[in-house]
Amino acid sequence: MSIPVMKYEAVIVGGGGAGLRAALQLSEAGVKTVVLSKVFPTRSHTAAAQGGISASLGNVEDDNWHWHMYDTVKGADWLGDQDAIEFMCRQAVDAVVELEHFGMPFDRLENGKIYQRPFGGHMANFGKKPVRRACAVADRTGHAMLHALYQRNVKADTHFLVEWMALDIIRNKNGDVVGITALEMETGEVYIIQAKAVLFATGGAGRIYQSSTNAYINTGDGIGITLRAGLPIEDIEFWQFHPTGLAGAGVLITEGVRGEGGYLLNCNGERFMERYAPTAKDLASRDVVSRAMQIEINEGRGCGQNKDYVLLKLDHLGKDVIDQRLPGIREISLQFLGIDPVKEPIPVVPTCHYMMGGIPTNYRGEVVAPNGENMEDIVKGFYAAGECACASVHGANRLGTNSLLDLVVFGKSAGNSMVEYIKQHGDEYKELPEDAADFSLNRLAKLDNANSGESLADLRHEMQKIMQQHAGVFRTQSVLEDGINKIEALYARVQNLCIQDKSKVFNTARVEALEFMNTIEVALATMITAEARKESRGAQAREDFPERDDEKFMCHTLYYKDGRKIVYKPVHTKPMTVDYIPPAKRVY
Amino acid sequence: MSKKVKFSIYRYNPELDVKPYYQNLEIELDDLDKKLLTALIKVKEYYDDSLSFRRSCREGVCGSDAININGRNGLACLTDIDSLKQPIVLRPIPGLPVVRDLIVDMTQFFNQYNSIRPYVIDERPMPERERLQSPQDRDKLNGVIECILCACCSTACPSFWWNPDKFVGPAALLHAYRFIADTRDQATAARLDNLNDPYRLFRCHTIMNCADVCPKHLNPTRAIGKIKEIMVSRVV
Ligand SMILES: Cc1cc2nc3c(=O)[nH]c(=O)nc-3n(C[C@H](O)[C@H](O)[C@H](O)COP(=O)(O)OP(=O)(O)OC[C@H]3O[C@@H](n4cnc5c(N)ncnc54)[C@H](O)[C@@H]3O)c2cc1C
Ligand code: SF4
Ligand code: SF4
Ligand code: FES
Repeated sequence: MSIPVMKYEAVIVGGGGAGLRAALQLSEAGVKTVVLSKVFPTRSHTAAAQGGISASLGNVEDDNWHWHMYDTVKGADWLGDQDAIEFMCRQAVDAVVELEHFGMPFDRLENGKIYQRPFGGHMANFGKKPVRRACAVADRTGHAMLHALYQRNVKADTHFLVEWMALDIIRNKNGDVVGITALEMETGEVYIIQAKAVLFATGGAGRIYQSSTNAYINTGDGIGITLRAGLPIEDIEFWQFHPTGLAGAGVLITEGVRGEGGYLLNCNGERFMERYAPTAKDLASRDVVSRAMQIEINEGRGCGQNKDYVLLKLDHLGKDVIDQRLPGIREISLQFLGIDPVKEPIPVVPTCHYMMGGIPTNYRGEVVAPNGENMEDIVKGFYAAGECACASVHGANRLGTNSLLDLVVFGKSAGNSMVEYIKQHGDEYKELPEDAADFSLNRLAKLDNANSGESLADLRHEMQKIMQQHAGVFRTQSVLEDGINKIEALYARVQNLCIQDKSKVFNTARVEALEFMNTIEVALATMITAEARKESRGAQAREDFPERDDEKFMCHTLYYKDGRKIVYKPVHTKPMTVDYIPPAKRVY
Repeated sequence: MSKKVKFSIYRYNPELDVKPYYQNLEIELDDLDKKLLTALIKVKEYYDDSLSFRRSCREGVCGSDAININGRNGLACLTDIDSLKQPIVLRPIPGLPVVRDLIVDMTQFFNQYNSIRPYVIDERPMPERERLQSPQDRDKLNGVIECILCACCSTACPSFWWNPDKFVGPAALLHAYRFIADTRDQATAARLDNLNDPYRLFRCHTIMNCADVCPKHLNPTRAIGKIKEIMVSRVV
């Protein structure tokens, strides 16, 4: 089949923080680059990030990157790769200063420096006491960062293909990535985009759960595409449940509320986090707080008629602090629950928030996969950064504000690696395989030709229900086994997916169906890998295996679509320059 | 508990329809379904999957789902269903070419945004650390940087309808002000020159539609007024 071919040296799939930071690096280096995005770049979900971006600027009190690194390793429950973590924490100060230079409108301290607030798991002196490390723009940090990065790309004259959806990557017979197939939504046409290097920055997949802080477009496309291309994904069983999602609505209430002095209460008016984490209290790591909340609710100390949420109290901060530092939170609470936090506490529940796993990469943003003896062979021409990637800096549990940092540090690093690779590459593009687009076209033809079958709405709701019930905050063997059976049965039904709208122009039903084919891969992979990991670590809390098992499981999970196979690979224990931080019990 | 809600929705698919029409629908919603976006998603899921509209964050931060709702521009995700008179009449935001159903072509809107040079211009060598800015100077950006580029304002502005290629429009003018007000930006004079033209800035007749509809409660009219003030004081 012959379809139009476009050529760019670098193709970036994703216009969120990670994609835009990488694009800047490439555009400024004079590489012919295009950024594809399903939505106009500033509509990417990075815009929803509220609380802050971490860097040990030390603007308010003493801080340094060693402490930041320690907190990240500990937060990750020793599943993070310590070379990548060192790389990120060391770059953090420069990365945030660079954002300021790009025009990001950070809040300021009286002395004119960037404002910093406390956040969960951010501690001074190797875990001794909370420290102010989160650099913030009120409670709209992601929005401000995304707009600043987009603006900088306008300045750099980056080329965008807006409302284009990547369908699959194209690999040649050596396995090198040589381009992608993509759908232009406005016309419904499919194109091949040939490239020397392709970066995925497609964000998360929080939509696999019923209750999620994620946008509708967070459907895990990058993960689905990678799996279909025969490559593995890493640590996908680790999903962060954010302690404070708005009860019922799922909308996020930032940890910054607790950073500014808010705290959680059960139905007895007890500040229960004092029991679970005597030092850090409400600012313990997210997995710790979410589990504590779930236990309070399970043991009947939840609030409300059904005792199914706890309360986040912040009225004691006063209207001025709330309006200055947390205006977005007040707006959200009023909008979605009709509750004014200046007067009343906000009902909250643990809510699916962040995907720690993703496409395996090294700290240079290069995608890696096992090849013979080598567990981390570089997949030539393929890069990933941001939430869709697993570098792995977040390990089993991400610290708040480390994601925005991850986007800019690894976006830039991947951009630099791509510039290097493209320069070595010379003028020639690697040849496209004859059948480059057939795989995608066949997938589309199957969808377009189906005249009866399963409805997308039913399948999607069913998946979200299964994930919520079987792969939630607490997990056990039998619940996970049931979960696998159910999700496998559902997966079989997805093959008969049918949409009614067969038109081409901006057919959003078709886009949603294609997205769902990615999302369901993520859901299945999550359930299977969670069952296989028989230990508790970070966000994976197994009631039947309550302890961390470093002997058997201090290793990364690699999951393949073919045969639903799992392989484990070792965690990087060697940092770049400093001493290894050995595993210890995680107390806050 | 459930409730019934009546809609009249603008439909147009250039592939199939000779001209636009209104589709009348009555749908059943859960009592807990609060926002208009939830209703639109239910229409798409259970009544007619060919209805096309944009959406993403569902919490008013991405700016995707600007729609004309009972004659007034707003975000579907922040609009309470119960506050609306039925049948709820939904149309694409006015003044821009319709691509399909509730989806418009935003090219002109973003071209105007790009035309104001939407980035901080400061060609001085950067210090090793952050540039300093006082909290008072930083506060000048409040009420401006919250803009989500939804286009509710510009597509409610008669001056923009008539001259979308020449009049910058309230959203992009708000951003022009954002960079003029930012103490880090060194290009105020050039920015004012760029706007000093019978159309680009001065087509604004202070009709206030823009401030009236902004879902983020921003006030482009005030920002435009401030630019005009600075412009005048410069001439004097
Ligand atoms: C409500 C909320 C609040 C948060 N707050 C914080 C915080 O305070 N601090 C922090 O550090 N982290 C925070 N996070 C996490 C952080 O915001 C995200 O992890 C991060 O923004 C993801 O950025 P990204 O660039 O990887 O992807 P995104 O910003 O999600 O962008 C993904 C991009 O990929 C594009 N895309 C996806 N699939 C395709 C495809 N098939 N074809 C073409 N384009 C595609 C999309 O259009 C989009 O442009 C928060 C997350 C949420 C949900
Ligand atoms: S005040 Fe100016 S910009 Fe706003 S709607 Fe009126 S004419 Fe348009
Ligand atoms: S000023 Fe308000 S209405 Fe206009 S684009 Fe920005 S957020 Fe939307
Ligand atoms: S869906 Fe993002 S603003 Fe409404």
